[in-house]
Formats: sequence, structure tokens, C-alpha cells
Amino acid sequence: MTTLLAATDVFSEQALTALVAGAILAGVPLMFAALGELVSQRAGVLNIGLEGMMLMGAYAGFVAAYHGGSEWLGYGAGLLAGAGVSLLMVLFCVRWGLDQIVTGIAITLTCEGATGLIFEAEFAESRPTLGAADKVAVPVLSDLPVVGGKGESNGSIFTQPLIVYIGLGLAVVVAWVLRRTHMGLNVRAAGDAPGALDAAGVSVFATRTWAVLFAGAMAGLGGACLAIVSTGLFQDTIVGGRGFIAIVLAMLARGRPLWAILGAMLFGASLSIADWAQVAQINISTDLVFMLPFLLVLVVLVLFGRRAYLPAALALPYERGTRQ
Amino acid sequence: MTETTATTELREPPRLSDATPGRAQLGRVGDFFLRSILPLVLAIGTGSIVLVAIGVDPMQYYKDVYSGGVQFAAWQDTAMRVAPLLLIAVGLIVAFKAGIWNLGMDGQFLLAAAVIAGIGSRLEHHLPNTINLVLLFLIAGAVGAAWTIVPAVLKARYELNEIITTLMMTFIGINLAQILVKGPFQDPSTTTPQTRALEFSALLPSLPGTESSARRWPGVHVGVVVALIAAFVVWFLLSRTSLGLRLQVLGASTRSARHMGLDVPRLIIVTFLLSGMFVGFAAATEILGVKGYQRADWDPAFGLSVVPLVFLARLHPIGVIPYVVLLSLASIGGDYAAQNAGLTPKFTLLLVGLTLIYMALTEWIARRAELGGSYFPGASYRRQRASGTG
Repeated sequence: MTTLLAATDVFSEQALTALVAGAILAGVPLMFAALGELVSQRAGVLNIGLEGMMLMGAYAGFVAAYHGGSEWLGYGAGLLAGAGVSLLMVLFCVRWGLDQIVTGIAITLTCEGATGLIFEAEFAESRPTLGAADKVAVPVLSDLPVVGGKGESNGSIFTQPLIVYIGLGLAVVVAWVLRRTHMGLNVRAAGDAPGALDAAGVSVFATRTWAVLFAGAMAGLGGACLAIVSTGLFQDTIVGGRGFIAIVLAMLARGRPLWAILGAMLFGASLSIADWAQVAQINISTDLVFMLPFLLVLVVLVLFGRRAYLPAALALPYERGTRQ
Repeated sequence: MTETTATTELREPPRLSDATPGRAQLGRVGDFFLRSILPLVLAIGTGSIVLVAIGVDPMQYYKDVYSGGVQFAAWQDTAMRVAPLLLIAVGLIVAFKAGIWNLGMDGQFLLAAAVIAGIGSRLEHHLPNTINLVLLFLIAGAVGAAWTIVPAVLKARYELNEIITTLMMTFIGINLAQILVKGPFQDPSTTTPQTRALEFSALLPSLPGTESSARRWPGVHVGVVVALIAAFVVWFLLSRTSLGLRLQVLGASTRSARHMGLDVPRLIIVTFLLSGMFVGFAAATEILGVKGYQRADWDPAFGLSVVPLVFLARLHPIGVIPYVVLLSLASIGGDYAAQNAGLTPKFTLLLVGLTLIYMALTEWIARRAELGGSYFPGASYRRQRASGTG
């Protein structure tokens, strides 16, 4: 009898709403970062420093939102911080043609050390937290059960902070730009055939520079979202490997932004299911739920074994006047 | 220094137009200073500026690193930290030499650690101690190697990028390790998620003469010797055997390897297995020599911080030893110094990251000035091919 009761509670409207909201909260930072990484990869730059850029963004976003008192200041600061860090990537990997993987690892390590150090020096005693971000309820749709989320503490699909909708819109825009515009063609050419792009009179350096800056900005924004929307605080483990997860998501998306969103949300859902199961006292290991998405992907890769699509010139520096 | 000469030979010959005198290559000493010392010095210098900026006396900090890592019987800790770091470094060198980016070392490490921590506490009273330890070492190596099989096969058969697959295997490995520790290997006598602890007598024996009365721990365990031997074995393997040569060809250019008739898929798999095995050994030294058990939330994440050392030593398995000693000094002494200065131990990570950034900078300057040498095997070959002279 008790188990039956517990079971009905778990599948109550409230619990399911929390499940959906949790998936979005966990998925949105990943979505931003994966979107940025995807553009950078399509332009031929493998950005392994994503984790560091997210951390910097999370830190800058948190500090700006805390001192400035506005979440938008936070997002802006995160965006700028991420783009600032990616300047290093631009200089080393795009301009100077140095190894992208080594530079990326350097960025991740440095940012991890730097944010931990500065945060500890600044907030060692206080450990402040931010208030919940304001939510926007979509008229009519937010009254729907489960997916509406009006009046719930974490909202649901149709009651979320504006930044979530902006992110979804951005993904659609990026998908369109990559597929349908000249700019997108240039980005793809920079990754697939940089020599041809150069011959066509478009600067490979400039194209890749913008792509890497975009990736940094998106990673920073994702980090800021993580600090402001998802957790409301900053700690040195806040990103905790999400940057690397985003890199994997971007690669698995095979260059398609909408797949990156799907992957990010799937991953967010699995994190959320773990919380939900814990509340519901369903005895499944949270660790198992975390690894399920990757396990699934690996099984698919092993079974179907198709070659992953990656840009031909990925991680290769471009030098003018060379055959590539 | 064998690969220095190798890369020198592979460098493009100076073109007549810019063969100005005075642009010759640096001598061995200059080369060593530029490539292997300068980035470290610059990183420590920048670190000092950061320390001053946040109001910590850098001299005091570095002095504390020394006293916390060497004095008062701390040198044993530093020496013991060398074992896992060096074994991971050796594992990375094998992979990087063959041009394979094994970035899944943290998953391989933790999973191997969890398995032997769990099995070890069950085996300890059934077998003689020595056999037990050797067996556990081998199991750790096997687990580490096994965790690379999926990325290895996917790369060998479908040319699937190993960076994605090894990163994915890391996530799975870390979570699987936690499942093992919380589940089948859980110590029934405690609610803390951890494995049963090995008894003192079942841990790796210590080297004679390293005991200290000030310490609870007996002394430096023999795992350090194992790590040093591994470094020599890999040096021999890479520079004196045909397998080593084949790996280096593969690292320089997959296409050349194919043209030479090498079995590239098999080489890739062998490299991956070797690399994972050494990472597994690293886990064995840490569990059997220092920890004795594993807690579910324990993840030292040694992996990424070893990467810069491997490149500073230009993928030389013996050359990397001094850097490993420095890193373990910085990490053991750094914990103490950071505590004294009221900082997080993360400062050590900052130093490591800065070293890597300055290394990249050095690489660029040296390339511009055509000083020769490189951190990356095959880099000069690729440049040569790319510029159409090869």
C-alpha cells in the first residue's frame, strides 16, 4: 500500500513538472557551450579549452550579477569573459598555428586555477548566493499541466527565464546561418577546405577567428547560466566536466546545431531523472543514470560503426600558400 | 635526445633565399634552456605576480612549497606522489608518440583503482602478500588497458576521433568506479561510500632507509621503483625496438606508416592498450602504496596536469622524470603552502596551465626564428609536407 502511494506521488503532476524543469536547468548551459563548440569545430578549430571558458564565464557572470544586481549584467559579463579567454585560442591556434589540443588544455588548467584562486581570495568567508532568476511565463501555454509550469518553483518548458528562450532561438538562428547563408558556407569551408576558401578570396584567419570568438562567448554565456540560473552560486567545481561533455555533444551532433540541443537536453534530462529518482526513493544509482547517455552513444557507435563526420581540416592549422 | 636528431633530419633544409648566417640552430644547451627551462621560469614568475596581486608574499609561498614538500619527512610524500604521476606520464608518452590522443586517463585511473581497492581487500588473507600485490598490479594494468579497447577499436576500424571516445569513456569510467565503490565493493562496516581498507601489512612494502619516526606511514613504497623501471622500459621500447620505431612512424604520419606496409589498425590498438596499462599501474601505486582504500568521491584528476610535463620533456620517458618530481613537489608542498597563505591548492593548477601557455609561446618564437626542435614529434615533418618541399 505504501509503495503504491509513493508511486502515485512520483508520477504526480508536481513531480513530473520538477523533472522537466530540472532537465532544462541542467541542459541549457550545455546547450550554449555545445552550440559554440559546434561552430568552432565546423570552422576547423577543435576547442578543448571549453571547460576553462565556461568556468571563466561562470565566475564573471556570478560576480557581475552579484555586484551589479542584475542577471543581464551577469550574462553580459560571462559572454565577454568567455570571448576574452578565447582570444588566447585565436592568437595561438588561428594566428600562430600552434597545436589546438595543447592550447586548449592549457586554457582549461589556467582558468581552473585562476577562478579558484580569485574566488577564494574574494569570497572565502561569505560564500554568497544569488536569488532566483526572473521567469517569463508564456501566455496560455504556461497553464498547461506538466509542461506549463506556472507557479512552480523551477517552472517548466513554458515558464523559464528569458535567457532559455533566447538560447533556443539562437540555436535555430545558428542552424539557419550555417546551412543557408554565405557566412555559414564560409565557416564550413574554413573547416572542410580552407585552401579553397582562401582561393575564393575569403580570409581563413578572419573566419576562424570569429568562429572561435563565438565559441568562447557561448561557453562563457553557458557558464554564466550555470551560475545564475541553474545554481545561483559559484564554486570552483561548478562546471565539473560539463565543458568536456559539451565538446562530445558538439562532435556527436555531426555539425548540426539542432542535434546539439537535443543532446544537451537529453543529458540534462538524465541529470534530472537522477534527482527525481532520489526524491521518489526509487533505488537506481545516480551514477548509472549519469553514464547512460554516453553508454547509449557508445553502443550505437560500436554497433553501427559509421565514421563520425568531422570537418576535414579539424585541428589542423592553416598556413597560407600550403596545400591542404 | 634521440628524437632531437630525428626531427633535425626531418626539418626542411634552409632555402637559399633566407639562409642568412646567424639563423643557425641553437646548440644543445641553448635548445634545452629555451625549450625545457624557460617556460617553467616564466610560469613561476607570472605566478609570483599573481600572488603579489592577491596580497601573498611569493617568496614565503615558494619557501612553504619547499618546506611542505621536502622538510619534516614530507619528502617521502613527494617521492610517493612521483609514482602515479610518472606512470601516467609514461602512458601518455607512448600514446602521444604514436600520434594518439588518449585523453581518457582519469577514467582509466579511477576504474583501475576502484577494481583493485575492491578486490584487494577480499584477496588479502587468501594469498601470500607478494603474489597478492603482483596480481593486483596486473589486474590494475589490465583494467586500465581494457578501458581503452573501445576507443582503440573505433579508431582502428572506423577512424573515429579518439578524443571524443576517450572523453566519453572517462565519464563512463568515473561513474562506473563510483557504482562499484558504492555497490559491490562497499565496506559493510561503514555508511561512508568507500571500499574496505587494506591492512597495513598488505600494502606495498617500503624501501629500506626511507622510514621516518615522525610519520605514521612506514616509508616510501616500492611503487616508485616500479615507475622508474617503467620509464626505462618505455625509453628502451621507443628508441631501441622495432615496435618503438613503428609507433614513431605512425605518429609522424599515418600515410607513411601505411605506405611502409605497417599494420596501422593493430599498431593503434597496441598503443592504446600499452597506454592504458601504464595508467592502470599508476592507479595501483596510489591505492596499494598510499591510500589502501577508495572513497566514492575521491578523484585526484592527475591526468590533465601531467600533459604539460610530457611535452616539456619532448615525449622523452626519462627526460620527464625531473618534471614529474617538480610537479609532485608543487602538489604536495603546494597544499601546505596554500593552506599557510589562506589560498586554495588550485594555485598549483594555475602554475601548470601557465607553463603550458608559455611552452606554446616558446614553440612559436622558436618556429619564427627557425631554431629547430619541437615539442611535438612529426610537427616539422608536417610543416615540411604542408609547405610542399617534402
